[in-house]
Amino acid sequence: MDASVLAEVTGSTAAIGYGLAAIGPGIGVGLVFAAYIQSTARQPESSRMTLPYVWIGFAVIEALALFGIAFGFIWAG
Amino acid sequence: MFGQANVLAAGQAAFPPSVDDFYLPAIVPWGVENAPWFTKFTLMIWVAVGFLIIFFLATYRNPKLVPTKKQWFAESIYGFVRNNISVDMIGHQGVRFAPYFTTLFCFVLVTNAFAIIPLFQISPNSHIAFPAILAVISYVLFNYIGIRHHGFGKYFKHALIPPAPWYILPLLIPIEAFSTFIIRPFSLAVRLFANMFAGHMLLLVFTLGGFAMLNANAWLAPISVVSWVMTVALTLLEALVIVLQAYVFTVLSASYIQGALAEEH
Repeated sequence: MDASVLAEVTGSTAAIGYGLAAIGPGIGVGLVFAAYIQSTARQPESSRMTLPYVWIGFAVIEALALFGIAFGFIWAG
Repeated sequence: MFGQANVLAAGQAAFPPSVDDFYLPAIVPWGVENAPWFTKFTLMIWVAVGFLIIFFLATYRNPKLVPTKKQWFAESIYGFVRNNISVDMIGHQGVRFAPYFTTLFCFVLVTNAFAIIPLFQISPNSHIAFPAILAVISYVLFNYIGIRHHGFGKYFKHALIPPAPWYILPLLIPIEAFSTFIIRPFSLAVRLFANMFAGHMLLLVFTLGGFAMLNANAWLAPISVVSWVMTVALTLLEALVIVLQAYVFTVLSASYIQGALAEEH
């Protein structure tokens, strides 16, 4: 078999890296909202009380995915 | 401001969009690349500041006991930040921080909103410089508040030493120091920046992607409509992100101040 290139993929590996980086925060954000929906279904009066913590948790987890975007461009290579 | 429009009209829009699309030509001197003094972002920041000052001056100029429509609007913004962010997060002491949070919330909201307002269509917050300064302000504020409330030594003791067995402390203290004094301001800035950056990038991908398909061949040209419909949908998503990020930035600043004021760890 000769060594010539049969198929080639071009582009940035940072895109794959970002795809991997989005898995964890994706699961995490899902868990945050799942917990909020469940707690609100069990205890509807608590919905307003827990909402700020939902957004804080969401923001803290989402930061990881956003670091992925930022670093993907920084080390786009 | 019109550089991008001209490029689109000439049918030579570069696809895929890159980071270069965030560096717009300057306004004064007109059209110069990488000029530092007066760009569209400078203009937008001044417009935001001017708009907020005039808005709150105009609505509070002649306050009535039974509020007019404008006064009601301004008061409900302030009331929302005061009751739902300051008091909810910090407690009754939070009222004295409400003016700062209202200013922060409104400023971030207006500068974010430029991302989808026609003719502006890019948020100043999609450059790291602006969120970084906002994060530095909140960072200095919560450290200053904590040091003033507890005293220097006690504040850092509170912040760094969690109530844990002594043998785990060598591990916990560096983690606490890293997370409180490095990660907090960094993530505050990067969260806002990356949201606005990614939002603008998404809109660029679908807008320019439509043009790219239109110019590609006869088979792909009709699909460009799908791309533009996606742009409309993503603009609505962007509207949600704009409000959410302004809220999140303010709530996180409030929770850091709450942490600095807390008596227990």
